[in-house]
Amino acid sequence: MSAASGWSVRRIVRATLPVLVALTALELTSGFVLGTIQATLLQYPSLLVLVPVTIGTAGNLGSILAARLSTAFHLGTLRFGRDDTLVGNAVATVALAITVFPIVGAGAWGLTAATGGAGLSPGTVVVVSLASGVVLAALAIGIAVGATYAAYRLRLDPDDVVIPVVTNVCDVLGVLVLFGVVRLIV
Amino acid sequence: MTVREVAVNAYREALPVLSVSALGGLFAGLVLGGMSAELQRIQGLLVLVPALLATRGNVYGSLGARLGSALHQGLIEPYISFGNERLRTAAAAAVASGLLVSTLAAVMAFALLVALGEPVAPVWMLVGVALISAVIGGGVLVTTVVTVVLVGYRRGLNPDTLAGPVVTTTGDIVGMATLLVAARIVLAIGGL
Repeated sequence: MSAASGWSVRRIVRATLPVLVALTALELTSGFVLGTIQATLLQYPSLLVLVPVTIGTAGNLGSILAARLSTAFHLGTLRFGRDDTLVGNAVATVALAITVFPIVGAGAWGLTAATGGAGLSPGTVVVVSLASGVVLAALAIGIAVGATYAAYRLRLDPDDVVIPVVTNVCDVLGVLVLFGVVRLIV
Repeated sequence: MTVREVAVNAYREALPVLSVSALGGLFAGLVLGGMSAELQRIQGLLVLVPALLATRGNVYGSLGARLGSALHQGLIEPYISFGNERLRTAAAAAVASGLLVSTLAAVMAFALLVALGEPVAPVWMLVGVALISAVIGGGVLVTTVVTVVLVGYRRGLNPDTLAGPVVTTTGDIVGMATLLVAARIVLAIGGL
């Protein structure tokens, strides 16, 4: 939509609406999963506090990785397979998850404890957050690499397609993984 | 570059952005954690939360990307004024999509819960919350994205790397805060 005539409200809405509706349907499935553990989340507010930040950080990890792979791909410095750029970025994603998620868990516990009972021990909340983060980092790597590779095979511009798809898929996985970890640990 | 250099470089570049947006996410979580009364009284609201937050990110992220590309191509001037027709069009399109998709999300969530035989609040309540939060949140986010992208561009920052984190962080906080306000308004209207 780079032509000067391409800028009308109707045209922009029409171009973006199908993707937005599809992504909304995808996000509703994660909402439904959240709904099934609503009772546990309401019982332990620190877990409820973890929901948006887990979703957001998972989406960010995926989208940052996808953006870096897309750029490397445009520059011609990326080969699929055992490639230094690919492996290095994957290692960084796991390291970022191991750094950020324990702090997020401690923050969630601290905020809930400061504003009225947290309901869980700080250790439990940190473990829930870290375990979710490590699993999510692994999944984000798989999704980002897979989506970039698919865009390359389908001759799509990775910037247009990969980032929204990866961000939203990681959002949904964020909820699913949190759900699984809460079921296992809490 | 070796694997180690790539990894260290990627880690250093991403950590500040990730930390700032995690801080934003924690504050959004604090609002959600303080909303348990509303979540219990409007059944189905929690099901809507991820879809509404994602819609904010998608719609205003796409506005940021559109403005960034247009600035790079010289299609729009980096000044905020009502005479800037393309800017007005892009902003209006974003708010319109936000309203449309939020309403649709509420109707779809209602239909999903009814079809599965789950307890759910009346459809007008869910649509009301989605619409009110989309109107208030849309106003705040359009202003934020346009200001940050245009002012950032004038100061020599790349709008492509600026828009994403700004939208995810403010989108989460503004999205949750407006959901809480909208839920209270709807509960007050319903006399509940």
